[in-house]
Amino acid sequence: MIAEVASSSRVDAAWRVLATVLDPEVPAVSVCDLGIVREVIDHDDGLEIVLTPTYSGCPATEVIEHDILQAIDAAGLGPARATLRRAPAWTTDWISAEGKRKLLAYGIVPPGPATSAEVPIRFFPRAAKAAALPCPRCGSHHTERLAAFGSTACKATWRCLDCKEPFEHFKPI
Amino acid sequence: MQASIQLKRDPSVQYLLRIGDTALILAQRLGEWCGHAPVLEEDIALTNVALDLVGQSRALLTHAGTLEGAGHDEDQLAFLRDERDYFNATIAELPRGDFAFTILRNLIVATWAQLLWERLQASSDAEVSAIAGKAVKEARYHQQHAADWVVRLADGTDESRRRIDAALAELWRFTAELFESDAVDGAAHAAGLGPRFADLRDPWLAEMAAVFDEAGLAIPAESGFRSTGTRGVHSEHMGFILAEMQHLQRSFPGGVW
Repeated sequence: MIAEVASSSRVDAAWRVLATVLDPEVPAVSVCDLGIVREVIDHDDGLEIVLTPTYSGCPATEVIEHDILQAIDAAGLGPARATLRRAPAWTTDWISAEGKRKLLAYGIVPPGPATSAEVPIRFFPRAAKAAALPCPRCGSHHTERLAAFGSTACKATWRCLDCKEPFEHFKPI
Repeated sequence: MQASIQLKRDPSVQYLLRIGDTALILAQRLGEWCGHAPVLEEDIALTNVALDLVGQSRALLTHAGTLEGAGHDEDQLAFLRDERDYFNATIAELPRGDFAFTILRNLIVATWAQLLWERLQASSDAEVSAIAGKAVKEARYHQQHAADWVVRLADGTDESRRRIDAALAELWRFTAELFESDAVDGAAHAAGLGPRFADLRDPWLAEMAAVFDEAGLAIPAESGFRSTGTRGVHSEHMGFILAEMQHLQRSFPGGVW
């Protein structure tokens, strides 16, 4: 009984620590906000942190693993190991409401709901007025997509045609 | 000089390497655009696509190594195999050409990959199915990106039209290989590992036709030419790309970051 309590408090403590570990590429949100941490399991020989990769080739995955283990260790909760779980595949729907709020405040338009069904190829009209995102700075919908990709695999590049500032969009996947 | 590894001949391993090697070699070609694309946004786009492809190939090569059971990891498979043990489709290894050539090739390969990953989600191999669940979303995005550009180039200026026409004339004969079926994918299909490549041809043609209709391009007539990279017999370009890609590991065996 005592052991069970100790175990669950260790897992809770680990979650509290993980909530402070920031994504290295988007340091406005934590790995928990992004939904990358799927599970924390207390084994006899230490904690197992189960992570899911965002994109197959995301170079941040290894840095995140390192940062997480370092934070757990620094909090005296080690030993710990990180394992990768591919299925079910990560989706931007797992980003918490709090995470989406933080992204917007950081200047990145958060993703809308991801479409899980097969989507036929759609062609973006040159001026995609209907699908225009609100500018995270001035709120104007007078915006346009500049490029399908951005500074990281998870983002696209947009600009506001009113305040003239470029901004990024976290792509829904 | 690090000696080459010998690959055990196993149809499941070869099936996964056909897909993983196609992703890896195309990623290497797309990486050549870093610092050279016509605009910064597309420089970033092409290298982002390359990054996804490297990620997909890492997962597949790792799993192929596990299935092979000879202790080969992703790095050994990528850097220590000779040309004849590489099973990518020839289209991936062709020199990058101009932007129109690169974009049209991306459309051809991403449309194929997207249909393939969709079906691999139902693989009897849980790891393959998990890799596919992630990769299918990436392939869809790559396909969309390339399709947008093919339309834009085809109905753009006379110069962009001339270039996309030239790319189509050059590339089309390499597409047939993507849909060739043999004992390797026959065994994969029988085992539930993944689809026969020939079964992807009709849905692929339908998707290509949708993009070409929008672009005002016509599907070219089929040629009698057959490339054979998926069987390990490559074009003259393959040796050069492997030499560049493998140079470091061959010269400094076991070197790590």
